[in-house]
Amino acid sequence: MSPHAALRDGSRAVFKHVENSLDASFGPADNPLRHLGAMGLYFLWILSATGLYLYIVIDTSIEGVYSSIGHLSNEQWYFGGILRSLHRYATDAFIIVTFLHILREWAYDRYSGFRLFSWMTGIPLVWLLYMSAIGGYWIVWDRLAQFSALATAELFDWLAIATEPAARNFLVPEAVSDRFFTFLVYIHIGFPLFLILGAWAHVNRISGVDHMPAKRLAWGSFLALLVLALALPAHSDAQADLMQVPLDTRIDWLALFVNPLMYETSAGTVWALVFGFTLLLIALPLLPRGRPAPVAKVDAPNCNGCRRCYMDCPYAAVTMAPHPDKPKHQIAVVDADNCAACGICVGACPSSTPFRSGEELVTGIDMPQQPINALRRELEQRLAALTGRTRIVVFGCASGAAVDRLAGPDTAALTLICSGMLPPSFVEYALRGGADGVLVTGCREGGCPFRFGDQWTAARLARSREPHLRVQVPASRLREFRADPTDAAALAAALAEFRTDLETATGDDNRLVPYHRRTVHHVH
Amino acid sequence: MSIKPAAIAGQVVLYGAFAAFIGFFATNPRYQHIPPDHSLVKLSLAHFGDRECRKRTPEELQKLPPNMRAPLECPRERSALSIEMDIDGKSVYKGIIQPTGLSKDGISTVYRRFELPAGEHQLAVRMSDNVREPGFKYVKEDKVTLKPAQVLVIDFNPDKGGLFFQ
Repeated sequence: MSPHAALRDGSRAVFKHVENSLDASFGPADNPLRHLGAMGLYFLWILSATGLYLYIVIDTSIEGVYSSIGHLSNEQWYFGGILRSLHRYATDAFIIVTFLHILREWAYDRYSGFRLFSWMTGIPLVWLLYMSAIGGYWIVWDRLAQFSALATAELFDWLAIATEPAARNFLVPEAVSDRFFTFLVYIHIGFPLFLILGAWAHVNRISGVDHMPAKRLAWGSFLALLVLALALPAHSDAQADLMQVPLDTRIDWLALFVNPLMYETSAGTVWALVFGFTLLLIALPLLPRGRPAPVAKVDAPNCNGCRRCYMDCPYAAVTMAPHPDKPKHQIAVVDADNCAACGICVGACPSSTPFRSGEELVTGIDMPQQPINALRRELEQRLAALTGRTRIVVFGCASGAAVDRLAGPDTAALTLICSGMLPPSFVEYALRGGADGVLVTGCREGGCPFRFGDQWTAARLARSREPHLRVQVPASRLREFRADPTDAAALAAALAEFRTDLETATGDDNRLVPYHRRTVHHVH
Repeated sequence: MSIKPAAIAGQVVLYGAFAAFIGFFATNPRYQHIPPDHSLVKLSLAHFGDRECRKRTPEELQKLPPNMRAPLECPRERSALSIEMDIDGKSVYKGIIQPTGLSKDGISTVYRRFELPAGEHQLAVRMSDNVREPGFKYVKEDKVTLKPAQVLVIDFNPDKGGLFFQ
């Protein structure tokens, strides 16, 4: 294993540990670490809403800009002051979740292949975020603004891309005019607009975008910022005076760290770090990797154009096109570049039902590395081999807790690429084929590497999403348990509990009528 | 779905920690840009270097189209600036500032910062806008008293008599 892979896997272990710990307080749906992208967009909306009010009341003259913002904090602290503070603190919160988002996606190895587009389009967003944040501090035109404006100008001057040093624009008070602040305000609106446009591109190749955190998480983080705004309201420093060096500056280290860093090191060092970090992000997906998994394949005769795979694909890799053989029908088309090879489309396909009588089960959309026919055959063989008083079939997920260790004489364990690949009809097929119960397990809620595998499976089994589990299947004979790889013991305990429940609480009266394909010989 | 009291307490602690982290690093630790008893001198000039122009003869002018009969013929390229600066008799800067632009016809600029202890200092700045000529055409020397945190700018403006302190 390369040092990079070791570092990445170690970081992933840390993330998983912290995420699982946070689940105890927040629950998976409200766990902020599982929704960092949505949190970032949420803070951007807070910034937009609060910024709109600040834009309305700000006076862009040199004298007016300082006094109009100061007025908000002093005379209108109960409204404008709070909005100003929220604007400032939401910026910091946005920066924090952005870096955590980058770190987490890297740790989970989510930056190459079909995710390359999202990764690459995310990189300019970091630049736009910082350009928006730094420029925003200048508008106040206090000592901090003066310090940051001059330091940033000196930083850019090191690149020697302008004819005259930008720092000369802040040399003496006469150098700064009212037009500078008008320009600055438009820049401060322009960069965030580009940021929103870039964010749209960033999520363009995923479907069902998690653009807003769950209500509880949204309110919790908003209240945290509101309490902070009330406890530590943002105030301006003394008015900028270019003939005085700002001493003892109250730096926002999250947004403005490059300014003091330049004075403590050098402009060259800062640019080396900034460009180095950017190049590192660009280079990460280019590092050598194993061969990508085969993508989903559509079988035209078995695709009826029902659009379920199109609806369920987490990465918008499936589109619909006119069917070549069936007039007025559509056919699913897989974009290989976008396909995550998760198999969620197979679970969505109504043709994936194992009850079809053909010797070979060919579905509308299938995974070459784990065809649905092979899954049915494996299930039939495992069912035939089961013995004991209470026979259970466990459907597991390659990214969740390993189910192989649960296999035994009375337990058949099958691992799918993703739990979302499981057609619900396989649950009924297992019960009619001799199983007393079926346990379905996958990643913890919000932890699916393919975004929706756990959600879609839960919804299909709960009969709220197509293809749904048929109502004949008794709820007592089906158990779902979310388990990450670190939850192996909990999964084993859940299986034992399920077995006990089946043996004690479930009688034979709700057993489904057995079904055996003619070509298969079960031992019962 | 109801939340257990322990989970609510956990959320309050974690949201609080998040807010506290932001609240602290939004203003702390304070940054001391220069020592409080120091001042800043900025040498900042932007000036077009001189050009070696030649006066056209009446014969040469006669040969030119009427609308192009400029009396001087100047090359596009400008001279670099030569600048020297001493503080308290000690040389702190000496440089040849090339003109900008691919044809070296743009403005020559310099921007340097010098941190000095507050108090009295002897400043001397010399500038030549034609490096082919010996010596310095513009000289400014003065004794200045700098207050703590004061910014003193050394600039150039021909309308203000050349080099000046502000």
